[in-house]
Amino acid sequence: MIELHFDVDGNDFTLAGECSSKVKKMLTQIGIAPAVIRKTAIAMYEGEINMVIHANGGKIDVMVEPEKITVILKDTGPGIKDIKKAMEEGFSTATNQVRELGFGAGMGLPNMEKYSDEMEIDTVLGEGTTVKMVFYCN
Amino acid sequence: MKLSMVKELLNADVLTGEEFLDKEVNSAWGCDLMSDVLAFVKEKPLLLTGLINPQVIRTAEMMDIETIVFVRGKTPDDSIVGMAKMKNMTIMSTKYPLFDACGLLYSNGLRNNQGEEL
Ligand SMILES: Nc1ncnc2c1ncn2[C@@H]1O[C@H](COP(=O)(O)OP(=O)(O)OP(=O)(O)O)[C@@H](O)[C@H]1O
Ligand SMILES: [Mg+2]
Repeated sequence: MIELHFDVDGNDFTLAGECSSKVKKMLTQIGIAPAVIRKTAIAMYEGEINMVIHANGGKIDVMVEPEKITVILKDTGPGIKDIKKAMEEGFSTATNQVRELGFGAGMGLPNMEKYSDEMEIDTVLGEGTTVKMVFYCN
Repeated sequence: MKLSMVKELLNADVLTGEEFLDKEVNSAWGCDLMSDVLAFVKEKPLLLTGLINPQVIRTAEMMDIETIVFVRGKTPDDSIVGMAKMKNMTIMSTKYPLFDACGLLYSNGLRNNQGEEL
């Protein structure tokens, strides 16, 4: 099993996505199937961007096993008030500043659900959010 | 459509990836919203955008997009071009605004081709 850990800086938007980029490279190097790399990379990147724009950064753990890849994104941000709403396409609380950077369409969480094979969100208002996603390798 | 044809039609400057101009693209996508690129792109299109920041390059990387055209005469700074170079991408810059750039490529045969019925 390969395990990777990342600390995501919440103050530097220019770095957002760097961890997903590293994971994508690593998965390519160890010969994971392109379709599996693609779904993992897209969903992790959405989660990493969310962590930066909504939660001031956090930590990401990635575990690669022969049959599955697990990505856990943990932040100590504001938490999500209404998960059902947040999962709707088009729902976003992003600021104008975030929109000017090309994000904030309310498509990230639905996209993460679409590309992951399992997804769980744990969130407590005022304490933070943990998103766990599993991607099957076959 | 060959990338060299894209360059010619858009009268574009190639900022990096000149060596890939012989490559073909079979689809294109134009927008400034990276959220939509992540949510709707399925193939590996040519991306046309007026947005300039490192997330354009990273978003393209995640989607396996290999060619980006910056429109409206926008030129990304060296660090963004350098990032794209490391990822073996081709970056072009054209003076045409997004609508015109898309129109020129469309009228010469390039299509969206993301597999959606419109
Ligand atoms: N880690 C998080 N911490 C706190 N709130 C979050 C977090 N992730 C998502 N949210 C909330 O859920 C909403 C929907 O998230 P989603 O990723 O679908 O859209 P977005 O990030 O606003 O826009 P997009 O993903 O299209 O750029 C966000 O606007 C935000 O209110
Ligand atoms: Mg998002």
